[in-house]
Amino acid sequence: MTSLPRTAPEKRLGLVIDLDTCVGCHACVVSCKEWNTGGYPAPLSDLDPYGPTPTGAWLNRVHAYEAGDGAAGRTVYFPKSCLHCADAACVTVCPTGASYKREADGIVLVEEDKCIGCGLCAWACPYGAREMDPVDHVMKKCTLCVDRIYNDNIPAEERQPACVNACPTRARHFGDLADSESEVSRLVAGRGGYDLMPELGYGPTNKYLPPRTGAAAARPAGPVEALAPTAPGDGFFAWLDRVLAG
Amino acid sequence: MHPAPSIVLFTSASGTGYGLLFLLGLFGPLGLLPADRWLGIVAVALSLGLVSLGLLASTFHLGHPERAWRALSQWRSSWLSREGLAALATYLPALVFAFGWIVQESFAGGWTVAGLLAAAGAAATVYCTAMIYASLKPVRQWCHPLVVPIYLAFALAGGALWLSALAAVRGLGNSSSPAVALVLVLLAWGLKVLFWRRVDRAAPTRDTAAATGLGAFGTTRLLDPPHTEENYLLREMGFQVARRNAARLRRLALLFGAALPAALLLLCLVTHGWLAAAAGLLAASLGSLGIVVERWLFFAEARHSVTLYYGAALV
Repeated sequence: MTSLPRTAPEKRLGLVIDLDTCVGCHACVVSCKEWNTGGYPAPLSDLDPYGPTPTGAWLNRVHAYEAGDGAAGRTVYFPKSCLHCADAACVTVCPTGASYKREADGIVLVEEDKCIGCGLCAWACPYGAREMDPVDHVMKKCTLCVDRIYNDNIPAEERQPACVNACPTRARHFGDLADSESEVSRLVAGRGGYDLMPELGYGPTNKYLPPRTGAAAARPAGPVEALAPTAPGDGFFAWLDRVLAG
Repeated sequence: MHPAPSIVLFTSASGTGYGLLFLLGLFGPLGLLPADRWLGIVAVALSLGLVSLGLLASTFHLGHPERAWRALSQWRSSWLSREGLAALATYLPALVFAFGWIVQESFAGGWTVAGLLAAAGAAATVYCTAMIYASLKPVRQWCHPLVVPIYLAFALAGGALWLSALAAVRGLGNSSSPAVALVLVLLAWGLKVLFWRRVDRAAPTRDTAAATGLGAFGTTRLLDPPHTEENYLLREMGFQVARRNAARLRRLALLFGAALPAALLLLCLVTHGWLAAAAGLLAASLGSLGIVVERWLFFAEARHSVTLYYGAALV
């Protein structure tokens, strides 16, 4: 059924991504691929993976942006995966019922046996969260590691999405964003977490924590002085410099 | 957006087929068409042939065409599903109407009802096709109030062009169909020119800063893409036709789709016999070519918001 749940799901599971601490290492990307090519959406195929033109379906990708100019500018690493929107148009446009949003926790999934691979859901997603599998010819997307987070066979502390487990800088947080007391909701409230393109009205569940501005302000303004060609003072190195400079 | 040949062919062929079916189903019962068996055979075959060709083409781009029947299930929420249902449902009255026309040579009574139902089904199907695109908020050029009127107008114009060609070939000398076709062709292209002016003038609504939410820091540019090669998103949604080429194609579409068919339709109006037939056929062929180019541009010029994450400056 591709109609959205009638009542808002009790839980809204999602990710909170800290753009201040993400260092763009792509560990989340690789761990996502690794888990999901053996998990719920398996296989997550690639074509020509070791050749000159590799291409394939990935559920999480890290972009790098340059925001601002000059000394105030910064590099921002920007991981992007499915945002599990409240008003998920990718679900409602699906003609077959393959795409659906879970009533219990709001996770958006694809039932691959029903998918005809028409690609309309990928068109309907403004964020580029869905990718067609080049071998299976069905749509693949982030499952929020639905096969990890409820999995009693793995240790309790690992029952979170693979990307969250893999992040070495703890830039990714997983939790229930409908619960205002949850750790992720407090992070969003405290750091001014925001939605991507909220004006489109998709109501994304995942939130982004903006880069902190303090560090940029503390940096010295203006051009950095060029390193002096000779060591200063009368010490040994200064003497050596003078001798070598002849 | 990538102008997949199967989708361009589908929307233009089935649009023209449904437009023709609409006019047949309406004009027959209104007494504007002769209940002539041979005209019936050719007109119905052309209309349902174009429709079926289009529907068949639409399954070519599916990853799993064998599961296409599932697409009929989600009519509550999906315009694509509604389109499939409307398309299939329209065959029934269309075939009944064709039977009355071709076998009974009659538009009266029940055949009238069938004709009107077929016309309604044809209109509903094209409306659903248009709504698939008009409801996609990530594409500014599609989520536009003129998209639905344009789809309907082009379906009608394509259908009217072929109806006037068939009428001229059949030698229906006093037929008013070239005049109808002329009005509909000018209406469709008039709407299209208006649409082009509006989408060109409207400032793009989003840049990369708006898409990433990093605008507070200033201008936002892509520094490194997430991967070295193309991916599905870029192949499907990153297609861009150069502005210069788009402008040239628009002019060609106007020439072949509107100006030449209009001149030929005028010729068709004032002549008769083989000259009128030749003019009508040429007008319909050129007009259809123009519609294909128009549809190709509809896809190729559309910009999806996902390209903002991959380095597009504005969408």
